[in-house]
Amino acid sequence: MTTYNTNEFRAGLKITIDGDPYAIVENEFVKPGKGQAFNRVKLRNLKNSRILERTFKSGESLPEADIIEVEMQYLYNDGEFWHFMVPHTFEQHAINKIAIGEAKKWLKEQDVCAVTLWNNEPLTVDPPNFVVLKIVETDPGVRGDTAAGGSKAAKLETGAVVRVPLFLNEGDCIKVDTRTGEYLSRAKG
Amino acid sequence: MEQWQPSASLSHLRLRAQVLSQIRQFFIERQVLEVETPILSQHTVTDLHIDSFKTLYHQGQQQRNYYLQTSPEYAMKRLLAAGSGPIFQISKAFRNSEEGSRHNPEFTLLEWYRPGFNHFDLMNEMDELLQTVANTLPAERLTYQEVFQHTLHLDPYNSTLAQLHLYAQQQSLNIPYLENKDALLQLLLTHCIEPQLGHERPLFLYHFPTSQAALAKINQTSVPAVAERFEVYIRGIELANGFHELTDPTEQFNRFETDQRLRHQQGKTTIDIDMRLIQALQQGLPPCAGVALGLDRWLMLIANTNRVDEVLSFAWERA
Repeated sequence: MTTYNTNEFRAGLKITIDGDPYAIVENEFVKPGKGQAFNRVKLRNLKNSRILERTFKSGESLPEADIIEVEMQYLYNDGEFWHFMVPHTFEQHAINKIAIGEAKKWLKEQDVCAVTLWNNEPLTVDPPNFVVLKIVETDPGVRGDTAAGGSKAAKLETGAVVRVPLFLNEGDCIKVDTRTGEYLSRAKG
Repeated sequence: MEQWQPSASLSHLRLRAQVLSQIRQFFIERQVLEVETPILSQHTVTDLHIDSFKTLYHQGQQQRNYYLQTSPEYAMKRLLAAGSGPIFQISKAFRNSEEGSRHNPEFTLLEWYRPGFNHFDLMNEMDELLQTVANTLPAERLTYQEVFQHTLHLDPYNSTLAQLHLYAQQQSLNIPYLENKDALLQLLLTHCIEPQLGHERPLFLYHFPTSQAALAKINQTSVPAVAERFEVYIRGIELANGFHELTDPTEQFNRFETDQRLRHQQGKTTIDIDMRLIQALQQGLPPCAGVALGLDRWLMLIANTNRVDEVLSFAWERA
């Protein structure tokens, strides 16, 4: 198994600690002029996103976390799991509520997402950066108000709620940036 | 930014030039002689926690080890023993595997020695240098014991290893178990104390436990016995380390042997003792105090930046 020495620590590196996968957020080399060297490391647990601070003796090695990102197509939700498929192998993965996280509110069947796997177990799902979704619920549009000024809440077909300009109506399609959750433009459905 | 470009801004490079000239002016006015000593030498430090760069000199069929100096200390002490009088040096020093936001494996040290001074006299002169070059306020002085008592409410001498670990646990430090009390004290110092030191004015931390004496004289008559060593902190950063220098060749030799034993126990390569230094001490090192200041860190503080690479023309990754 690949291991990483504290000398190789850098932000983004993925390592295993006490059986859990972590990503290094920050790594600080600490060494008194006349003393032992340490690495003060801030880590994010990739299963629950919790931040952990831990100090290692410099020179210590930790095992790599076997993490890969795979493009998968979203198939359907059975009420408990979100089912995905790797397009070229037809391999399917059932992803639970914790791993799907915030991604679920943007997912439409057929969408291709980046799924992070740890030892082949899904950890997180990143939806496409931009999605086109239909408004299913909002206050009636204000005609002629296409200029800046004012916004209202709109519920989309996938359940997400975003702020949209006042002129939009139920049934309209919009383009949304899933990273910020912000409305970008009107789109063709 | 492109990798060919300097790590430091041009204004920081100008600042470096200006500080270097102010330092030289400071010592010229005090009749301290500027010296140069070898960067590559046949011996290096035996310190457990310092790793040297090693290279090979080819002499026909023969090869000889040379080390990049980790500080010019030994060579400067040989000059002192030869009767140089007060000396200073601004030189490059090298420490293997030390890289971080405040460490570059190649760095610049300002080191100076004052025959006839003790550590208190040298702290006064250091304070004058800081005030002259960096416009700092007069420094504060606290002993190692006081600083632990004031900030952690712990006595570094009477606390047991278990009590110190318990304290670390209460502070949710999440540190490895350390069997060595000095290592744990140093860790508490870096994690819990240092960030609070020297914010309004520089702080001189002095009188270290004898087990952390390094090359300092030990005062056996004080209670507890202390190493006559000091460190300088500015805005939470360790800047300099000074000693009322150990002059006894036998004790110096014994400390080197202890280092060798510790290196051996930890499976590190054995480093030969620099007998030229021991011989110089036998000849007679005048009673003196000496200090080394990390010049890059000082520039970083003067420039008000957080990363040492911002004051280096080409930091490690671009060198």
